[in-house]
Amino acid sequence: MMRGVVPFLKRYKLVIIAAAALGVLLLFWRSLGIKAVGISLFSFKEMALVIPPIFILLGLLDVWVPRETMVKYMGERSGVKGVILAIILGSAAAGPLYGAFPVAAVLMKKGAKFSNIMAFIGAWSTTKIPMFLFEISALGAKFAVTRMLVDIPGIILIGYILNKTVSDKEKEQLYERAQELAA
Amino acid sequence: MENYLLYGVTILFIIISFYKDRKKTKIALKKAWKAFENILPEFLGIIIMVGIVLAFLNPEVVSKIIGKQSGWPGVLIAAVVGAITLIPGFVAFPMAAMVLQSGAGLMQIGAFVSALMMVGVVTFPVETKYFGKKLALWRNGLAFLFSFLVAFIIEKVVG
Repeated sequence: MMRGVVPFLKRYKLVIIAAAALGVLLLFWRSLGIKAVGISLFSFKEMALVIPPIFILLGLLDVWVPRETMVKYMGERSGVKGVILAIILGSAAAGPLYGAFPVAAVLMKKGAKFSNIMAFIGAWSTTKIPMFLFEISALGAKFAVTRMLVDIPGIILIGYILNKTVSDKEKEQLYERAQELAA
Repeated sequence: MENYLLYGVTILFIIISFYKDRKKTKIALKKAWKAFENILPEFLGIIIMVGIVLAFLNPEVVSKIIGKQSGWPGVLIAAVVGAITLIPGFVAFPMAAMVLQSGAGLMQIGAFVSALMMVGVVTFPVETKYFGKKLALWRNGLAFLFSFLVAFIIEKVVG
């Protein structure tokens, strides 16, 4: 029994700290605390709606899409086609940015090129199509289109720089890490 | 709506997969659970922290700080707030529109939206888990700087 408790506490360190902070808030600034609980519950619902299907789809992708297919379309020799595919994949995605990381891990495990992974993350964060439609209705087409047109070269440039900052050896380590995390 | 669609598509794929190969489907679901369980503590911690941060912010406070007259300091504050908070798009955009109507500047809103989408301070532990500290720092840093460019161009084009 005891052996299981310590690793559990260690893994859930962040949750325990955050919950303690929430507890302090509830004790001393009651209305703010209640508001924080409400927002947390709302985000939890959000997460419950998006995250489980993403992980299941990833599991299925892992089992059904052979490594060769991924290497062919997004691997080292995929060229411009690979970048475009990465951006389309990211843009079609649903859910917040943190949903992109597990997807990236599976893509890496399957042999997608590192710069394509960076383009994918960038696209997921800024050019998501469902969000774009929403942005148009809330802030107007001029605002949304301008932002989109600045962002597309931006994510490609950022991806390029990120690709340069990591050495080949570090990339190798990241790919190993992805193997473990994607299970 | 978008979210229920995601569930629908997922269930459809599970059924097709199950029909084609039971064993493979079971392996896929097991992998899905394992990967999910791997990252669950970070997710839960983040959700509570976001609740705490957002409890302190409301549209009146925000529009006071990042009004039209606030200039580049206002842009900086807007970008920092955007970088720290984690708000889903369908909440963030109407909120941005509301803040805009109550007197916030376009440049400031541009920085806020851009940083909100690209920079994730609270999701940093998750990003680090997948990509390591160095890459996560670089990506968020570059994206943060980039949101100032976005703000500048939006002000020039839309304003």
